[in-house]
Amino acid sequence: MIKLTLNVLLVLLVGLNNLCYAVEAGNAMPSCKVTSLDKSINKDIQKYKGKVVYVDFWASWCGPCAHSFPFLNELHQKLRDKGLQIIAINMDENTDDAMGFLEKTPANFEVVSDSTAQCAKDFDVKAMPSSFLVDRQGIVHKVHFGFRQEDTQELFQLVEKLLAQK
Amino acid sequence: MQAQLLFSRFIKCFCIGLILSLLGCSSVQPWERGTLAKPQMALDPYPLQSAIRAHNYSSREAGASSAAGQGGGCGCN
Repeated sequence: MIKLTLNVLLVLLVGLNNLCYAVEAGNAMPSCKVTSLDKSINKDIQKYKGKVVYVDFWASWCGPCAHSFPFLNELHQKLRDKGLQIIAINMDENTDDAMGFLEKTPANFEVVSDSTAQCAKDFDVKAMPSSFLVDRQGIVHKVHFGFRQEDTQELFQLVEKLLAQK
Repeated sequence: MQAQLLFSRFIKCFCIGLILSLLGCSSVQPWERGTLAKPQMALDPYPLQSAIRAHNYSSREAGASSAAGQGGGCGCN
């Protein structure tokens, strides 16, 4: 009886630990569904396979997210023609918060919503903002937590390097 | 025999208690911290004011023990 109970406990603990698998560099980009902010369009982010994809999880209450948007705008403006697709996945519980944020901090790139938080769970987002840089084959090359101005140069160069690969 | 029965009951109760307590715990995911990020949710709503007050207090309050180890009372340390 005791043995059985201990076994059940062990299985429970191991099960709890393995609920999430983090997406790391070298892993394939998970398949998950996002919607447009007005919930009218549903799409799978796998749709962008073949492009270099910059997946960015953000929220209106997150300070560094606001600082990251000008950089993402710059990336989008300079590299979209070479095959870069930025997907900024909003994690606000209330879409109006996101709309208010976007009025103050305009985004020229694609902004979508993950109202079920399935994408955030699949990517195992550990911080806000979190960015995942995915190559044309759908393999994650860089996982970046937070936003610091001094990292932008490195990110920019990495995006350019991935764009150069066919 | 009696002791074994008691032990087995204890383990059962412990497990049930553990499972029930686990139900009460839920971790807040990074993307769920919108409400926690609001200023009114901060433990200290005015951190700058608190820091200045603590600074003055430690300089001027000679009778206090732990906070009075520094300064000569001018508030400039």
